[in-house]
Amino acid sequence: MLSFIVFFPLLGVAIIALLPRERERDSKWVAAATAFVVLVAAVGLFVAFDRDQTGFQFVQSHTWISGDIAHFDIQYLLGVDGLGMAMLVLTALLGLVAVLISWNIELRPKEYFAWLLLLEMSLLGVFTALDFLLFFIFWEIELIPMYFLISIWGTGRKVYSAWKYVFFTFFGSAFMLVGLLVLGFAADTFDIRVLSQMEIRDALVPTQVLFFLLIFGFAIKLPVFPFHTWLPDAHTDAPTAVSVMLAGVLLKMGGYGMLRICLSILPDVARDAAVWLAIFGVVNILYGALVTLVQTDLKRLIAYSSVSHMGYVLLGLSALGQVGLTGAGMQMFTHGVITGLLFVMVGMVYDRAHTRQIGELSGLAHQMPMIAVVMVIAGLASLGLPSMAGFVSEVMVFLGTFDKHGALTILGVIGILLTAGYILWMIQRVFLGERSPRWKDLGDATAWWERTAMIAMVAVIFLVGIYPAVVADVISTGVEPIVGRLA
Amino acid sequence: MLNTIPEAVVWAIFLLPLSSFVIISLFARRWPQRSGYITIAAIGISFLFSLWVLDSVIQEDGANLGFPTHEWLTIGSLTLNLGLTVDGLSAIMLMVVTSVSLLVQIYSQGYMHGDPGYSRYFGFMSLFTAAMLGLVLAENLIMLFLFWELVGLCSYLLIGFWFERPAARAAATKAFVVTRLGDLGFLSAILLIWTQTGELDIPNIQEMAMTGAIGTVILTWLAAGVFAGAVGKSAQFPLHVWLPDAMEGPTPVSALIHAATMVAAGVYLVARFFPIFSASEEAINSVAVVGGITALIAASMGIVVTDIKRVLAYSTISQLGYMMLALGVGGFAAGIFHLFNHAFFKALLFLGAGSVNHATHTFDMRRMGGLRHFMPWTFVTFVIASLSLAGIFPLSGFWSKDEILSAAWEDQRLLFWVALVVVFMTALYMGRAIFLTFGGEYRGGEAPPGEQAGHEAQPHESPPVMVLPLVVLAVAAVVTGFLNLHHGVTDLLEGWLPELALERATEIEFHFGLATLSMIFGLAGFIVAWAIYGARLLSADRLRQAFGPVHRLLVNKYYMDWLYEDQLVRRVVVRTVAGGLDLFDRYVVDGAVNTTAWLTQFSASRLRLVQSGQLQLYAAAIFVGVVLIVAGILIVNP
Repeated sequence: MLSFIVFFPLLGVAIIALLPRERERDSKWVAAATAFVVLVAAVGLFVAFDRDQTGFQFVQSHTWISGDIAHFDIQYLLGVDGLGMAMLVLTALLGLVAVLISWNIELRPKEYFAWLLLLEMSLLGVFTALDFLLFFIFWEIELIPMYFLISIWGTGRKVYSAWKYVFFTFFGSAFMLVGLLVLGFAADTFDIRVLSQMEIRDALVPTQVLFFLLIFGFAIKLPVFPFHTWLPDAHTDAPTAVSVMLAGVLLKMGGYGMLRICLSILPDVARDAAVWLAIFGVVNILYGALVTLVQTDLKRLIAYSSVSHMGYVLLGLSALGQVGLTGAGMQMFTHGVITGLLFVMVGMVYDRAHTRQIGELSGLAHQMPMIAVVMVIAGLASLGLPSMAGFVSEVMVFLGTFDKHGALTILGVIGILLTAGYILWMIQRVFLGERSPRWKDLGDATAWWERTAMIAMVAVIFLVGIYPAVVADVISTGVEPIVGRLA
Repeated sequence: MLNTIPEAVVWAIFLLPLSSFVIISLFARRWPQRSGYITIAAIGISFLFSLWVLDSVIQEDGANLGFPTHEWLTIGSLTLNLGLTVDGLSAIMLMVVTSVSLLVQIYSQGYMHGDPGYSRYFGFMSLFTAAMLGLVLAENLIMLFLFWELVGLCSYLLIGFWFERPAARAAATKAFVVTRLGDLGFLSAILLIWTQTGELDIPNIQEMAMTGAIGTVILTWLAAGVFAGAVGKSAQFPLHVWLPDAMEGPTPVSALIHAATMVAAGVYLVARFFPIFSASEEAINSVAVVGGITALIAASMGIVVTDIKRVLAYSTISQLGYMMLALGVGGFAAGIFHLFNHAFFKALLFLGAGSVNHATHTFDMRRMGGLRHFMPWTFVTFVIASLSLAGIFPLSGFWSKDEILSAAWEDQRLLFWVALVVVFMTALYMGRAIFLTFGGEYRGGEAPPGEQAGHEAQPHESPPVMVLPLVVLAVAAVVTGFLNLHHGVTDLLEGWLPELALERATEIEFHFGLATLSMIFGLAGFIVAWAIYGARLLSADRLRQAFGPVHRLLVNKYYMDWLYEDQLVRRVVVRTVAGGLDLFDRYVVDGAVNTTAWLTQFSASRLRLVQSGQLQLYAAAIFVGVVLIVAGILIVNP
């Protein structure tokens, strides 16, 4: 089943490739159908997931490269625990949303939707691969569609931003590859299940160095200050759907990797490094939020707010406990939906007004009441308003972390005030205020694909906010063995 | 006497207005008129159920009815429950919230008539009421915080209801951000409680505090955090700045915010945590002092403003200070009783101001005058409320104010004198408002929107749907004070308090001397107001000149808005810190990245030239290299 979900997008890619040129506009239907099937399958798996069982479920394993060649067996190994499950659903949801909001793409639609599906496949792979080498391969595949999507369909300095994104990630990957090899040859396996049950000793390099090699790539992806500057550029210049995937899913690869690899394979080092995770987390939260306050471009504003929100993930990880780690996982999930929605909404505004400059926009709530309402909902969710998803994850992060890193947590709490400041200020300037004659002809969101995308995400935000257990229970089973290792 | 209320009915009290909000926001756009009816019906039933709650709680002498809790989320050691607190305190609060809200909604039908956002208004109002009811009923800290924030959200949405007005949207943002500053403290307190006790259910926390399971230092910090939240919500000094600006919302919203929801939440919170406060001397004294300061400075600003709603806003801040002061000097029941009485007469004052605005289209008292001839009902009810507010016998305000003064007299003499001065100031600004608004001759008002400027609108009494709530509230403002003649309300309110906290609560006796003294101060205030604004024995302009610097200080609100908004937020946080970090991010952090990229490119482009492909050049280079190496070896190792 997992293999089906992961590779089903490739079928979509193949069909799109076979479409004759005069029917290239149908590629969006193919992409939508593919993403829809993936979503249905992922939700089905989510429902079938046994919430009382820790460890990996739906495991599929085959020998891929046999030990005769590579010193030990390298496997084709897929499986999900609660954490991977949550990320899988998130990816499938945003994958469909990304297709829907690209409905109006006119430029080379065949390639566009093919790249988008390939991107989805690589992300699904990352969150299900349980062999470290396989994980790494999916991790790297993701770069290819991203590069083309940004550099061809982007705006502004799109080529610069695409290169920047690729270089930053590659820089981190180089460290990860070294770490991967060291780890593999020290343990004689790439099986993450085995690795996270054994004790890794100093091999070629001390475990501390190994930990650094492994976490560096994830830290760039998350991103952690001071390696975050690729993010505002890439987000801003990417097309809307790619910003959604980037903020919604790709950043989570960083947090996911830290949990799956660094914390569970090297728990002893993680214990020593926890305080640094907390410090970097707080720096991310406050630095990101403060810089967000003065952004003038809507997309850049939300991009920097992601830097701030990913700080909560780091902070939650630093707790090394059940509540904190579940909170971090929840924060990844909720931020994915909320910020995904924020980018969707900004994309809709940009499609209509053709500008993202906050200073030029005003009173849009008059012309586009529905967009304004959904934007306000997304904004409020982002600032952690109770009854919406963001609140639960933030509170769990704070509750989990406070008794380990009291003072740092309090500093992190200040972040929610700054968030309220920049979100409300943005809404006040862009959507509220007098009608501006310049924007009097703009229309509201009327197309079915726009409405479907918005309503689906709003529904998830409220569902998780009002009944958080629906996701939290699943994530909690996923982090339980990791917490056991860290204790 | 009815049977004890079942749990499901108590849930309905909060769920009915919530469903009303959901129904209105999903379906009512097609028939806006019905949204008003839905809201009123929902809150009306909630009101009846609240009466049932009151009845049940009276039978239990105010003790917690002890409904079971329901698990909401469990992660490791963290368990979040949903549960109801139904005791004397919450029963009284339910009465305040549902009754005032019901009257305000009825009134709103007239006031908001014809507004394009009619159904949006009633949707938000339903949610506002629901959130406040949830807050009062919440048994778990996280649940309490959830509704606490929702109340803040609703006030944001309603203050900014007419969002095309720049002042309204700025005020909305300001209200949310300022109260959230206080919430940081509240949230930190929750974190501290959970870390220290592993508990989030309020009754268990109270018990642990009482039995000494929590250290005094922790308790003080805890109380400080909780109080920070209350200071923000209840607009206490130094976070009171948002409330006067909140006048930008529709007037019935102000009535609700100032009487029954939002600002009452802070006082309720401190009351709910009274056992914790009473266990820490520092904490409870700070509550009293902050309350005293707030009461005094807010009243002083109320004397100079010309907008009738702002007079009332400062009055609310001042009275909230009074309630905090009461809690701080141990007058637990006195403070909540004052909240109860205040809710009715303050709602009445705001609805009266709204009625005046309905007639004159202005809130500027300088353009009113003489309205007693045109709107007798509004006039009479407004005067009753003002007298009640100033604590004139036998109106409701007299009784609770007297209890507060007695408690202060027993506990903190200095604060007693502060409170007494505030009584005088209260009477002064309310007298001023009455004489400016209703006395003298009509000064023209303002043209209604859409009509020619300079049009002399003839003011008229408001429609019955608006006058009726005024009359009902006026009756309440007269009689509610008598409810506690035999300490019935006090006993009910204190029924849930643990023994130890009860000891800390000041025993209140009726002092004939204190009552007379406060009456004299109150009447003196009215007489001074009459002398200046009614009989014009003293010239207001002359006085203003005589007290020039003081007047300037008051008109500029002690320069606190300037300090917060212009200096702290705009200058320090946004321009200096955030702006500086933005430059740092662009030129230092990202600059380093781009410099690295550029250096790589540059060195590559230069080194590329070396690879010329000419064998002679390569051979020459090898030769020079060999010579240099040999020379090097010879020099080092001769």
